[in-house]
Amino acid sequence: MEAFVRHQGTVAPLDRANVDTDQIIPKQFLKSIRRTGFGDNLFDAWRYLDEGEIGKNANERRINHDFVLNEPRYAGASILLARDNFGCGSSREHAVWALQEYGFRCVIAPSFADIFFNNSLKNRLLLVVFSKEDVDELFRFVDREAGYALDVDLGMQTVRGPGFEARFDIEPQRKRLLMQGLDDIGATLAYADTIREFESRHRRAVPWVFARDGNAA
Amino acid sequence: MAGQTVYDKIWDAHVVAERDDGMTILYVDRHLLHEVTSPQAFEGLAMAGRAPWRADANLATPDHNVPTTNRARGIDGIEDPVAREQVVVLDDNCKRFGIEQFEMTDRRQGIVHVIGPEQGATLPGMTIVCGDSHTSTHGAFAALAHGIGTSEVEHVLATQCLVQRKSRNMRIVVDGELPPGTSAKDMILSIIRAIGTAGATGHAIEYAGDAVRSLSMEARMTLCNMSIEAGARAGLVAVDDTTLDYVHGRPFAPVGSMWNRAEDYWRTLVSDPDAHFDSELGLDANGIVPQVTWGTSPELVLGIDEEVPAPDDFADPAKRELCQRALEYMDLDPGTPIASVPVDRVFIGSCTNGRIEDLRAAARILTGRRVSPSVTQAMAVPGSGLVKHQAEQEGLDAIFRAAGFEWRDPGCSMCLAMNDDRLYPGERSAATSNRNFEGRQGHLGRTHLVSPAMAAAAAVEGHFVDVRELL
Repeated sequence: MEAFVRHQGTVAPLDRANVDTDQIIPKQFLKSIRRTGFGDNLFDAWRYLDEGEIGKNANERRINHDFVLNEPRYAGASILLARDNFGCGSSREHAVWALQEYGFRCVIAPSFADIFFNNSLKNRLLLVVFSKEDVDELFRFVDREAGYALDVDLGMQTVRGPGFEARFDIEPQRKRLLMQGLDDIGATLAYADTIREFESRHRRAVPWVFARDGNAA
Repeated sequence: MAGQTVYDKIWDAHVVAERDDGMTILYVDRHLLHEVTSPQAFEGLAMAGRAPWRADANLATPDHNVPTTNRARGIDGIEDPVAREQVVVLDDNCKRFGIEQFEMTDRRQGIVHVIGPEQGATLPGMTIVCGDSHTSTHGAFAALAHGIGTSEVEHVLATQCLVQRKSRNMRIVVDGELPPGTSAKDMILSIIRAIGTAGATGHAIEYAGDAVRSLSMEARMTLCNMSIEAGARAGLVAVDDTTLDYVHGRPFAPVGSMWNRAEDYWRTLVSDPDAHFDSELGLDANGIVPQVTWGTSPELVLGIDEEVPAPDDFADPAKRELCQRALEYMDLDPGTPIASVPVDRVFIGSCTNGRIEDLRAAARILTGRRVSPSVTQAMAVPGSGLVKHQAEQEGLDAIFRAAGFEWRDPGCSMCLAMNDDRLYPGERSAATSNRNFEGRQGHLGRTHLVSPAMAAAAAVEGHFVDVRELL
């Protein structure tokens, strides 16, 4: 898992509230049993004019030139600027995989949906929460200046760019997870003895939870 | 010590350890699996050379992309090779890792959130997770249940735990009595309209009040199911006689003296009178009318007697923008009475409204009536094989068929259109499911969320109509 420490990159604006995970990666791509191959289908229904299907060659698709990510000035952007409640809806982690595979390392918005927030953390996609005013200001900068870039420093908890500088809050434990890129499962398995102790207490307290046929073991 | 909420109590009973960094390792009692969000988790498990921590905590079934026709052939009946591979991989993983699965041809197969409660695999006081956001459904049993992503699916398989931060407590009190012709679906849509799709983000909701207490378990499941559409990962209802009556006698439920012991514990799963809630909302059920969503977010919803709004009706610029986009996508004009909007397809089913009471409510409206010739397709998709069987025992299938509905096999179906059940570009549905996002039911399809009775009424009239006129 690649850790997130500091990232500099250009910003693409997605000026819509409540962007749901069905938009980020539509359901037909969820049939894949792999963790990769989603980048070409990020925002599929907005990026292309034809209907996307798994295995369809992106180079043969009809591009929707009105969609912001298709504007040449935002090519290669690695920071996504978004609005309230980004990532709402379905729990599909494929949404995070698609954003990362497309090239995004960081999403900045006034708020994020809970499950998406957790999924992003697991994949070391940095989500920065800024006030609505700061986000508005960033939208103005990005609109005015082609190639507007930001320097996101997780250690310092700052985002800096031409005319902009702000600190963001992040819980220390989430920050550490992002910066270390540890194996989350390995970290929990370090508690294996504690889990086993809990489990045997729990089994005595609520034995029916462990039974499968109505009669506890 | 201050009183505790139901959520506090269940949380405390599952804390394995508080890590130094402030995160909690929380024990998971039940893990439900389906074909879409599990393959990468099993692959990760295998690649790391790990085994499931407790295989018998898991229960799996294919639901998201199984076809709802031609089921006798089992997996071979899945025409789409990509979908078929996913179901095959679930089969293989369950066999390899010793996980119980209700396979496609098993009569107990169905939507994962329908079969858990049906089997008694969902019990009060449990922590329940699944790689699906509508896991909140199981909160109806005073369980702490929520959706997780695929990395967390792998984490739960490997450790039987999740690393969590506790949510805040929110209570939504619905007093009064639901009027005839309205249902839990209208209640939850009214709640989402009041607080918005992010209104409960970061919270676990407890639904309380007389109107909630008088709901059946199935109706409570509908209510808790759409907690995620209000932003809450988990929503729950305290234990009462209704809960216990439903659970009693289910295949996985305790029996005999074990039942008595469980009941004693389960009875404690109510919020203490002095419990603290971080936020509260009150709603009067008497004022609820049948609801229809008009836009592309569940919060964009109207009473059947209302008109489609204009962007200027919203003070917040972001909401104005949302309204404008929704009007364009849904091809609706401001001021249009929602009752005049025609529908092309009608879908009755899903983890929100695919249970026996939902089918009965729709069949009551359809008895002696016919689907309007202007409706291209109307389908009823039972939530599980057992729901289907029971409906057939009650003769509901005959009512649906006589009315012109297709009577399908169980699965998620047109709720998210991963299989062949879908809207085509520009088509409009009346759907009993949970999301009206752009393209949710098919590329460029337009979804209106309603209750089962309202969906049946729309099928009969060919447009949305106040079901109270058809009672």
